[in-house]
Amino acid sequence: MCLALPAEVVSLDAEKETAVVALGPVKKEISVALVDELRIGDYVLVHVGFALHKLSPEEAARTLDLIRDAGEDPHEEFAA
Amino acid sequence: MKYVDEYRDGDLARKLAATIAREANTGRSYHIMEFCGGHTHAIFRYGVQDLMPENVRFVHGPGCPVCVLPIGRIDNAIELAEKHGATVCTYGDMMRVPASERRSLIKAKADGADIRMVYSIRDALKIARETPGREVVFFAIGFETTTPPTAVAILEAERERLENFSVFCNHVLTPAAVAHILSSPEVQDHRTVAIDAFLGPSHVSSVIGSRPYEAAAEHFRRPVVIAGFEPLDVMQATLMVIRQLNEGRHEVENEYVRVVTREGNVKAQALVAEVLEMRETFEWRGLGEVPNSALRIRDRFAAFDAERRFAVTTRKVRDAKSCECPSILRGAKRPTDCKLFGTVCTPENPIGSCMVSSEGACAAYYSYGRFRGSDAGGAGKGVPATTQEAAE
Ligand code: SF4
Repeated sequence: MCLALPAEVVSLDAEKETAVVALGPVKKEISVALVDELRIGDYVLVHVGFALHKLSPEEAARTLDLIRDAGEDPHEEFAA
Repeated sequence: MKYVDEYRDGDLARKLAATIAREANTGRSYHIMEFCGGHTHAIFRYGVQDLMPENVRFVHGPGCPVCVLPIGRIDNAIELAEKHGATVCTYGDMMRVPASERRSLIKAKADGADIRMVYSIRDALKIARETPGREVVFFAIGFETTTPPTAVAILEAERERLENFSVFCNHVLTPAAVAHILSSPEVQDHRTVAIDAFLGPSHVSSVIGSRPYEAAAEHFRRPVVIAGFEPLDVMQATLMVIRQLNEGRHEVENEYVRVVTREGNVKAQALVAEVLEMRETFEWRGLGEVPNSALRIRDRFAAFDAERRFAVTTRKVRDAKSCECPSILRGAKRPTDCKLFGTVCTPENPIGSCMVSSEGACAAYYSYGRFRGSDAGGAGKGVPATTQEAAE
């Protein structure tokens, strides 16, 4: 349950404080109530359906590599 | 160094290992508790312990959310479903954690209770919206990363006046547990458990910041270095710990500056403070009652508090007789010290909570550690604890 995955913000609903984020082909609606000033194209760390914080694109790529290294498919994990 | 090629940067890993070996003083030992189960997992997965010199030992800490919840609270969750007929939603890792009388949430579900595994508390809100008239309880567990989502969900339920949604709140606090472990006599007198320093968690610290560890580092004179999740982060942070101990410093340092700041996520902290407040005390598996170590729901949100709504009372339940989880969570024993390890107790059939989640020490040992000859960590028995002087 501690797994947290980086994903890119593809759309935002400011009123509902939600966003659709994408990790590869997988898209998901999450809450962005915990993070201020998000913009489309930003990367966030997604944990239990919430963006925990913003990430630089480099850090996002690095985290994804790490998950792949661990023998897990981030896309599959994200779709779960 | 058979794992080193799997590192993102094998050369850097080798260099870090060499620097650590050079700087670790052979005249003393370094017992470093990694608080967080994510680090435990990384240390095993990448064989980080094998890259360390003999006198640098990782001690596995209690930072696995399902491992530290006492049995009585899991019994409570089962009761909410079975006795009160509620739909109980929880994170997947919770399902197989053993409760009293060889039961668990998953067994209760098989027996007909409405227990559902969800990815997010938002899914529990959705179920509540879709089934008005049916009580929906979210069994909330975890450290500071899952707490802000719980606070946001309760605020959302209040806004929507959702009448059938409540939360069984079991959120616990990392800095309180760190301080508690350091204040225990077995650590203080340095005979039974040696802990010279902590690796601070990655994600938890991104939420709370590095500041909350400062009091414990200062008071107990132990360095805390916040580390990222990569094995290279763990090695770099270990080097920072060794340097602090060599220089007689005990500060909070941050290896994970890519993500963690001193202040943390202020917005998340404010939301948590609005909805939740400190409990005077809370029982942790392994640590017993720990003062000011957990959160409950504030009076203003009493309607969403399952404990009040269903008048929950928690019994103290002893852990399974031969299970060593309590000592393992305090860093006093290793999984292999347990008679049941790998024979009676396996990830498929866990007897204790440390075998359930991949972040638990027993499960990590089982998956990676026990197939290797070398000592994969633990309380560092046999290595003399000559650290007292250095910490003074
Ligand atoms: S191996 Fe199983 S029974 Fe033994 S301490 Fe670990 S979880 Fe408990």
